[in-house]
Amino acid sequence: MQHEVMFAGFGGQGILMIGKILAHAALEEGREVAWIPSYGPEMRGGTAYCLVAISDRPIGSPIIKNPRHLVAMNRPSLEKFAAKVKPGGIILINSSLAPDKSGRPDVDELAVPVTDIAKDLGSVRAANIVALGAFVARSGIVSFESIQAAVKEEFAEKQKLIPLEMEALEKGRQAAAK
Amino acid sequence: MGKKILMKGNEAIGEAAIRAGCLNYFAYPITPQSEVAEYLSKRMPEVGGVFLQGESEVAVGYMLFGASAAGARVFTTSSSPGVSLMSEAISYIAGAQCPCVFVNIIRGGPGLGGILPSQGDYFQSVKGGGHGDYRMLVMAPASVQEAVEMMMMAFPLAEKYRNPVMILGDGLIGQMMEPVEFPDDLRTEPTDKDAWATNGMETRGSDKRNLVKSLYLDPEMLNNHNLHLKAKYDQMRREEVRYEPFNLDGDYRMLVISYGTMSRVCKTAVENLKAEGLEVGMIRPQTLFPFPEEEIREAAGKESCKSVISIEMSMGQMVEDVERCVRGRRPVTWYGKCGGEVPTPEEIMQVIKERIDG
Repeated sequence: MQHEVMFAGFGGQGILMIGKILAHAALEEGREVAWIPSYGPEMRGGTAYCLVAISDRPIGSPIIKNPRHLVAMNRPSLEKFAAKVKPGGIILINSSLAPDKSGRPDVDELAVPVTDIAKDLGSVRAANIVALGAFVARSGIVSFESIQAAVKEEFAEKQKLIPLEMEALEKGRQAAAK
Repeated sequence: MGKKILMKGNEAIGEAAIRAGCLNYFAYPITPQSEVAEYLSKRMPEVGGVFLQGESEVAVGYMLFGASAAGARVFTTSSSPGVSLMSEAISYIAGAQCPCVFVNIIRGGPGLGGILPSQGDYFQSVKGGGHGDYRMLVMAPASVQEAVEMMMMAFPLAEKYRNPVMILGDGLIGQMMEPVEFPDDLRTEPTDKDAWATNGMETRGSDKRNLVKSLYLDPEMLNNHNLHLKAKYDQMRREEVRYEPFNLDGDYRMLVISYGTMSRVCKTAVENLKAEGLEVGMIRPQTLFPFPEEEIREAAGKESCKSVISIEMSMGQMVEDVERCVRGRRPVTWYGKCGGEVPTPEEIMQVIKERIDG
């Protein structure tokens, strides 16, 4: 089974980074992965997205119009991409910056105020990691231990941030469980 | 083999060159391959290599010519409009028989076009973007791993033939991150260039002058020179053809020819069609020159095969070579899109179903 996850939001929200962390976690679990960024011209503050494909078999087409899951970090990305998600997939909405409804009754919808949660933790920049924690907990796409290890590796050169990022992952997991 | 790591195609290409023993990289930045320069600007000094940004692609082409004429292992990366500017130098390099490696991470054209994936530079690479009777050995990777392996093979091949080698990728190969292993067995030692390179008589302890040139005013000498070049290209045709056959064992009704990123989409389409009970065969050329001519001719001639289709992210370039191979024995058609619009597996499946019986 191939899973595709689209992460989308504003440039600067760490969208490409959480895609990379998920891909890395899946690679460490021995899965096949591909990380495909959007690299068209965008102005500062414009939309950024990336796609992560995870599979137990070599990944064929890296061109994916309809991902299985979507993590929408702001309103424009929810509006742009919600309709593309395959039925039965997960749509995770950052309800701090977007309406908490995707208008898709055929998906597993999860609204988490990841930006507010990150602010409460003391750094709005950790919002992407909160979202990643929530998405991984809900989807089980990789184990939570794998994602924790991948986050630690991503921040290996910024050791001071690791406790905050671990807390962010955990808050995401708790929010997804509610 | 080392551990699998996750790398962007562009960065992996830069690292592969270093692992292949190339410590000279001259370039001029252009999307979608600028990460190679970004990566090597940091990495080359770490390994004692040279990173140099030229003032233009025209200059970079001749910087490669000079370095390789002096016996250095050297490469550059660029994208379509940049490669057009380098094409004059590529012709001189081929004429003067210097080994250089060029990487083209194609973007949409013509002109400035766009920055998204395309395969519009097939003609430029395979039929000669520069003037005169020359060929490059052209390899087209379909994954980041394959881009690494082709990079590492490119240097010994360039030196074996004393000829430019091109790695032809598209924007997606450059931008995508995939797991990569750097193979140990593709590391190569520099070859002996004392017989021809202008590396200094003292360095090589010889009193014989070496001369690197592409000027032959005497018609007989130039004809002989061209015959010598042709002999090298013919040897490439005999020894360097690389391709991947896919689903050719069964009684396929159609044969798909596709390379690079496009071939991955086609492969998914072929797998999906097989699951639906429709057999389609496929050949993915890994070398575009030399082209897998015999292999395509043979596969197209199979009794069950009613038609052949060339699927490309261009308006129909490789299809001319496919037609040449099939020699009219089967109908050959083309399908493709440009500008960064990449056909989806569903779209390819639809096209194949419509044209399956010719």
